Amino acid sequence: MTDAEIPLEVHDLSVAYHKKPVLYGIDVAVPAGKLVGIIGPNGAGKSTFIKAVMGLLPLAGGWVKIFGKPYRENCRRVGYVPQRESVDWDFPVNVMDVVLMGRYGRLRLGQRPGAKDREIARECLEKVHMLPYAKRQIGNLSGGQQQRVFLARALAQESDLYLMDEPFAGVDAATEAAIIALLQDLKNRGKTVLVVHHDLSSARDYFDMLMLLNMRLVKFGPTAEVFTPENLQTTYGGRLTILSEVVQSLGSQEK
Amino acid sequence: MNGLVPPFDFHRVVIEPWTTGFPLTIWIVLMGSLVGIACGLVGNYLLLRRMALVGDAISHSILPGLVVAFLIFRTVNTPVMFAGALLAGLLTVAIIEFIQRQTRVKVDAAICIAFTSLFALGVTLVSAAEAAGPVHIDAECVLFGEIALIPFDPPVVLGGLELGPPPVLRMAAVTLVLVLGILLFYKELLLTSFDPGLARAMGMKTTVWHYGLMTALSLVVVSAFESVGAILAVAMLIVPAMFAAQLSTHLPTRMVLTALHAVASAATGYHLSVWLECSAAAAMVVCGSVLFALAWGITALTRKTGWIDAPTPENSVRQSVAAPPGSGADQ
Repeated sequence: MTDAEIPLEVHDLSVAYHKKPVLYGIDVAVPAGKLVGIIGPNGAGKSTFIKAVMGLLPLAGGWVKIFGKPYRENCRRVGYVPQRESVDWDFPVNVMDVVLMGRYGRLRLGQRPGAKDREIARECLEKVHMLPYAKRQIGNLSGGQQQRVFLARALAQESDLYLMDEPFAGVDAATEAAIIALLQDLKNRGKTVLVVHHDLSSARDYFDMLMLLNMRLVKFGPTAEVFTPENLQTTYGGRLTILSEVVQSLGSQEK
Repeated sequence: MNGLVPPFDFHRVVIEPWTTGFPLTIWIVLMGSLVGIACGLVGNYLLLRRMALVGDAISHSILPGLVVAFLIFRTVNTPVMFAGALLAGLLTVAIIEFIQRQTRVKVDAAICIAFTSLFALGVTLVSAAEAAGPVHIDAECVLFGEIALIPFDPPVVLGGLELGPPPVLRMAAVTLVLVLGILLFYKELLLTSFDPGLARAMGMKTTVWHYGLMTALSLVVVSAFESVGAILAVAMLIVPAMFAAQLSTHLPTRMVLTALHAVASAATGYHLSVWLECSAAAAMVVCGSVLFALAWGITALTRKTGWIDAPTPENSVRQSVAAPPGSGADQ
C-alpha cells in the first residue's frame, strides 16, 4: 500500500494542554474502508486525538498525514462531526443552513452555495431521514435529530475520511440505528470512518477495528484481536466495575 | 412633574420637525439611523459570538487612543483622531486575546481588565496633559457626544452640490462598507460564528475573521462616537440585535429587523427629544429599549397563548427508521 492510499497515518503524535501532556507517542496507520472505534476512559484524549489530526490543536511533536499529505493540503478529503454540545443550538439558522455548511470547504472566498450544493444537501438530509425538517430552526429539534443534522452536514462534505466525535452520545434508539446504517453505507462505499465512542458494550458490534487509547495508544487492530479482557484492563486501569459486565459477556459469547 | 415634562403639543412635537424643522430633522434622524444600522449589524455577530461586552470595552478605550494621538501630533483634526481611536480599539481586542491566552482568566474578566485600565490610562493622560497646557479633549464629550449639533457642521460641498455634514457622510460610507462586507462574506462569518471548529478544519482562518469583525466594530464605534457619543453607540450595538432576536430565528431576517429597529428608534427618539427638550441620542436609546421591551412582551405573550410555534424539544423521532433489534442478550 502506497502512502497516498493510507487515509490516516500518524507518527509519534504528542499533544499538551497548558504544558500538561494529554497524548504522547501515538503511532497509527488506519487502512481504507474500515469503521474504527476510538475507545478509552474519560480524559484519555479521544477527542483530543481527532482534533489534533485536523490541526485544531497545536502538536507538541510528531506528524499527521492524510492520504499521504499534510492535513492542510488534503482537508477537503476529511469530514468532521464535532460533539453536539460544542455549538449553540439557539443559533438563528435552520436545518438546511447547517447542512449547507458542509459544502463551504469546497467554495471560494465569498462564494455562496449554489443550486448543486442545495441538491447535495437535500440528498444528505434524505439519507438521515431529516428532509421534512429542512426549514426548521435547529433549536426546535430533539437531541437525536440534531445529531442527524450534524451527520448530514458531514455527508455533504463528500469526504473520504470521516472523524466523528461521540455521534452516539445522548441519542435515541432510532437515531442510533440510523447512524449505524449510515456508517455501514459509508464503509461499503470505501470510506474510512473514525468514531470516538463511549459505550464499551456496543463497541465490539459496531466497529471493524478498535483504537484503545489512554494517553498512549494501548492497542490498535481488528476488533476480534484487540477486544480482550487484558487489553481493556490496561486501557481502563483499575476501574473493574465498568469492565466486569463486558468481560462476563465476552466469556459467555466465546463458548 | 410639570417642571420636568413639558405639555405635549402635537404640532410642535410631530408636525414642525418635518416641515419648518426639516433641514435639522433629516440629518439628525439619518445619523441616528445610520449609527443604529451599522452598530446593530455588527451587534448581531457580537451577540452570536457571546461578545456583547467587547463593544463596551472598545468605546471606553477610545479615550487613551485620542489622547496619545493628540500628544504625538498636537492636533485635533479628524484623520489623526480617527486613526488614534481605531488603533486603540484594535489594541483593546489584542490585549483581551492576550490575557485570555496567557492566563486562565475568563473572557468577561479579561474584557473588564483591558478596558478599565485603558480608560483609566486615558483619564490620567488627559489630566496630566491639561496640567501642562490646554487640551481640547475631555472624557465627558467622548461619552456624551451630541447628535443634535450635527446639522450645524459645515456641509461637504462637491462640484457645487451640498452633500451633507461630514459625520453623516462618514457614517454612511462605513455602513455601506459594512453591508457589502456582510453580503460578500456571509458564509465565512456564519460558519466561524456557529462552529469555529469545523471552520478551522475546513481551512478557514478563524483568527483573521475575528480580527476582521473587530476592525469593523472599532470602525463603527469610532465613526459613531464623535457625534453621538459612546453611550448611543454601545446601546445600539446590543439593543437592535436583541430586538431582532426576540422576533426571528432566521439570521437574514434578524438583520433586516435590526435595521428597521434602528430607523424606528432614531425617528421616535428624535420626536421624544423635541417634546422633552432633552438629549436626542439618549432619547433614541430610550425609544429603542422601549421597542425591545415591546417585542419581548409580545413574543412572551404569544408563546403563552400558543400563537407562535414554540420550541418543542421532544419531537417525534420515530419515522421510517426501524427500531434496532433487542440488545444482544438474546443468546
